[in-house]
Amino acid sequence: MSELKITVNGQAHLLNVPESRTLAQVLRYDLGLTGTKIGCEEAECGICTVLINGLPVNSCIFPAFKAQGHDIQTVEGLAHEDELHPVQHNFIDHGAVQCGFCTPGLMMTATALLNENPDPDDHAIKVALKDTYCRCTGYSSVIAAIKSAASEMRGEGPLSVNEPEVSEPMHAISRSMPPQYIREKVTGAAKYTDDYTFDNMLFARTLRSVYPHARLLRISTERAKALPGVVAVLTHADVPGENLHGLVYRDWPVLCHDVVRYTGDAIAIVAAETEDIAAEALNLIEVEYEPLPVVPNPKFAHSPEAPVLHPNHPTGNLLKHIKVRHGDIEQGFAQADYIVEREYHTPTTEHAFLEPECAIGIPAGVAGHQKLTILVGSQIPYQDRNQIALAMGLPEEKVRVIGTLIGGGFGGKEDIAGQIHVAMLAQATGRPVKMLYTRQESLIVHPKRHATIIRMKTGATKDGKLVAVEAELYGDGGAYASLSDKVMTRATTHATGPYVVPNAKIDCYAMYTNNPPSGAFRGFGVTQSAFAVESSMDILAEMIGIDPIEFRRINAQRVGTTTATGQLLRESVGLLETLDRVQNDMVSPRSDFQWAWRDGHKAYAWGLACAYKNTGLGGGAPDKAEAEVEAFEDGTVEVRVAAADMGQGLAHVVAQCTAEELKLPYDRVRVLLCDTDLTPNGGPTTASRQTFVSGNAARVTSSLLREALTRSAAEFLDVPPESLYYEEGLLRHNGKSVELGSLVGWMKANGLSSKVRHEYHAPATQPLGTGGDMHFAFSYATQAALVEVDMETGAVKVLKIVAGTDIGRAINPLMLQGQVEGGIIMALGNCLTESYIVENGVPWTNLLSRYKMPSIKHTPEIISHLIEDRASTGPYGAKGVGEICSINTSPAICNAIYHATGVRIFSLPVDQDALLRAIRAGQTEVYTAWHDVR
Amino acid sequence: MKLWNNYHTPHSIDEALTLLNQYQGKARVVAGGTDLMVELREGHRPVQDALIDITMIPELTTLAPTDDEIYIGAGVTHTQLVKSPLLAALATCLVESCGVVGGPQVRNVGTLGGNVAHALPAGDGTTSLVALDAQADIVMDGQRRVVPILEMYRGPGQSLIDSTHDLIIGFRFALCAEREATAFKRIMRPQGVALPILGCATWVRLNPAKTHFEATRLSIAPIGPTPARATEVEAVLTGQPANDATIESAIDTAVKILKPRTSKYRATGEYRREMIAVLLRRTLQLAVQRAQTGQAVPEGIGIE
Repeated sequence: MSELKITVNGQAHLLNVPESRTLAQVLRYDLGLTGTKIGCEEAECGICTVLINGLPVNSCIFPAFKAQGHDIQTVEGLAHEDELHPVQHNFIDHGAVQCGFCTPGLMMTATALLNENPDPDDHAIKVALKDTYCRCTGYSSVIAAIKSAASEMRGEGPLSVNEPEVSEPMHAISRSMPPQYIREKVTGAAKYTDDYTFDNMLFARTLRSVYPHARLLRISTERAKALPGVVAVLTHADVPGENLHGLVYRDWPVLCHDVVRYTGDAIAIVAAETEDIAAEALNLIEVEYEPLPVVPNPKFAHSPEAPVLHPNHPTGNLLKHIKVRHGDIEQGFAQADYIVEREYHTPTTEHAFLEPECAIGIPAGVAGHQKLTILVGSQIPYQDRNQIALAMGLPEEKVRVIGTLIGGGFGGKEDIAGQIHVAMLAQATGRPVKMLYTRQESLIVHPKRHATIIRMKTGATKDGKLVAVEAELYGDGGAYASLSDKVMTRATTHATGPYVVPNAKIDCYAMYTNNPPSGAFRGFGVTQSAFAVESSMDILAEMIGIDPIEFRRINAQRVGTTTATGQLLRESVGLLETLDRVQNDMVSPRSDFQWAWRDGHKAYAWGLACAYKNTGLGGGAPDKAEAEVEAFEDGTVEVRVAAADMGQGLAHVVAQCTAEELKLPYDRVRVLLCDTDLTPNGGPTTASRQTFVSGNAARVTSSLLREALTRSAAEFLDVPPESLYYEEGLLRHNGKSVELGSLVGWMKANGLSSKVRHEYHAPATQPLGTGGDMHFAFSYATQAALVEVDMETGAVKVLKIVAGTDIGRAINPLMLQGQVEGGIIMALGNCLTESYIVENGVPWTNLLSRYKMPSIKHTPEIISHLIEDRASTGPYGAKGVGEICSINTSPAICNAIYHATGVRIFSLPVDQDALLRAIRAGQTEVYTAWHDVR
Repeated sequence: MKLWNNYHTPHSIDEALTLLNQYQGKARVVAGGTDLMVELREGHRPVQDALIDITMIPELTTLAPTDDEIYIGAGVTHTQLVKSPLLAALATCLVESCGVVGGPQVRNVGTLGGNVAHALPAGDGTTSLVALDAQADIVMDGQRRVVPILEMYRGPGQSLIDSTHDLIIGFRFALCAEREATAFKRIMRPQGVALPILGCATWVRLNPAKTHFEATRLSIAPIGPTPARATEVEAVLTGQPANDATIESAIDTAVKILKPRTSKYRATGEYRREMIAVLLRRTLQLAVQRAQTGQAVPEGIGIE
């Protein structure tokens, strides 16, 4: 312990702390200033940025004692009492805050820039924020917010917000209401799981396998238990209930006992007085392994010589064989004048949500909690509770899961991470226990996007009609099932694209391997098959000699057509309109449009691709969400639903639905999410479903509350109920009115409830293979990419994306725009920057510095059109948006690269090295990606 | 997880050396720590007993021109270098190479001394220091020494100095005179570790008529395990007209004799050979233009 003198946000502090502290640790843990977030501890993501004497630095690697005597500014110092700094309120106004976890870092970096440069242009902003990452927004709104703040700070007033055009705005719907918790997110007050501490809290760490596949011969924890400060060391023998978890198949051990199947497998868990002691204890646990042969890829997994990884699974390493059969495939190809057949490869990718996983377990009877309570930022709180209860051998009612704010998810926070482990440790020690994953641990442990190998054969007639698609997909499911079954089903059912294909035969093999498990990731398998579909479409168009847009138009799904799973599309098919709107904005230097042109050693070209994506679980799964809405005597209303808001904005969607139904001012609606004791089940936040199901639940439940209120008001005012109308928190009848709060008071006094709970059931769907409606709605998209290829280096730059997205209705236009922009940038990463590399079962990508996601410097100009082809069963006509915006960007970029260079990319991410060598050698096809450079 | 136990900020070279001595190899010198902290986190180095922060030592944080030279303390940050008008005009390649290292947060703490001590074969700052024919002031085994920059490298990641008991004090090199200019460019890829596929710094001196190359220094990396000058390529340029034809013949020689290797997840040798041509062409043309016009404005600062 040594004396550290620092000034933070103008306040002098004299601390007595260990010299091993980083500045971020001192700020967060010693001063309680948890607005500064830790994302990687590698000086890579920049979200921990604070200013030291005005200069932005990464506090996660900045030794605290290097700051001795210095002046530090953190996000908590931006606002002056209640008055937000211009950077803060412009981040709110321009929609630059989604999950909010990176927001403090972005704002501090921006503040440093504006202190130095009062009028930064786009380039200056990109230079300043180049290494401050955001995984949600796609940066366009961040740039707009900073420019607006600059204008305001120069005394020229804020800039106008780039609001998307929408049709038929209502009282609270189709209005850009500020997201919930937004003020907390810009002031640093917002609390994510690691921001919570409890008296007497212990810190936990997990011992993980060092082999991708091995038999466990011996686990000895004696030495670790003897280390002073260690309170508990638990292994498989200590799992009180069933030692398995899993969302679809229960195949994933809580703690391994006989075999480990990937390098993230948990073997033992430790709770100790400090994080350092917990980490040290891991080194003292002795494990004897017998390494086993590794199953490194899905094709080998399917071969007879592969060891069987899950002997209890009836089909061995074949986790699931998924089939689509439609029409007569042989007859289809017999009609084809042109056939293209190619193999496509997509890599494993990582969500890289900026908040690493964290869970806190609190035993029953501690810190005011009546039952075993888990705090966690999870996408599926009720399924967490179910899995925790089974592993703990407890009835579900004895477990409470409280969802905290989530620092990004994108599908990566659906599976169990530390939830069960902290439950066990809390139970064993009788003390609160926190388990925070390091970034490096997060990279190794949680499920990824499936790597796929897709062989696709597509036939069309000479007049441009698609007649047949035959495809074989291999998906690398990794060590445990997670959501592989569902994800690869979606890849399969969407493998004909948003087109009318009368004959299809598609086989998908989801395989167990010894790689990290694969699961949900924004796009849910469709991202992968769309790359194959949309590349094949362009190849075919060229073979036929038809414009690629016209080719898509001819075959586009429209109302009255049938999907390859036999679903008749009866409404809300906005594909053609997305195509029209995008085509309108594609321009080239000549007045007659050209796909490609050259300027010196730079080649420029457009490329285009379409997509569709289901809203909701579909396939016959009951899809429902329950909501509770309660009115209070102060005139406010609370809507409660256990549905996760990981930044995408479910909270404001349900609030807007409630405000709409009750014609209440939006700021009188509160939202309570994700507490299994206080909020009813909204189901998983996946499959772009929450706007539809929880939005509908909030809408219907609020309308039921409205009916109850109307009945009471009619009695109270002594007027006929049908004559009452709602206006700004009042119930009116001609000259008479009653304020909502007074009415609630009257109801309470008369023994009437002002609380309604209702379970909404989405329209029923059919399982794959039975025909009929497999899904209740689809969203559609077209995207065009303008790329620049340096013909001397092969470097690819995306200059512009034009997007048309049919989402039924934009409940919140500005925040929905943020989904589109963020989805595009995430997909741009999928195409150009990202690949999670595993070498014979061992992740090479064990550091964030080895996994580049798009930074602000990659952000192209984005022109986004929202198309609102209403879905009659959606809330006010809305359907899903979370994924549809992130599916066709990759093929649009690759189609553009082909137009620019004459070289077609069949494997992602694009390797400039191989691209240049192909250009030089006059080759037209590249089948290798970045990770093949060896 | 703690990565070090004690943290010292000595205010003199002697104090720093005494501390290193006291810890008997269990302490390391740290400046910005942007590489060291990540190496410690990766577990590539054990938990350190102590870190000895050299950024409070005046001699290591000075950036000062002397008669015909400039002295840059090892603890001068990339940001300070990039913001120096003197370096921008007269050691342009160094500003260009330091301006593309990391983002502002890394450049605000990362130092030129750290870049050299880290001893990567293609450290951006290093590539330019080689073209500038810099010398390093060091303390090695307790003795002050001045060594040519190329002698600082023993192998990939292996420095001449041992950061558990030696120190880099600073660097010195001649600023560009009349008819002299420099340029730096590099090729990156958008994936994987942020190390250049290839970096190239060139220094040229033209004849008094500014029509011919009088002398050049070419630094292309990574080619071998340590930085090196492409002297055979320099020889092709010397005395020849400063035009595209000469540059192309230098490129012909370079791609013939330089044998860049394939490195996993970074680049194939074949691609690197292509990039030698691209970078030599771009940097030589730029350096010649700068030398002829006497105007040099750094390019690509912040984002290439």
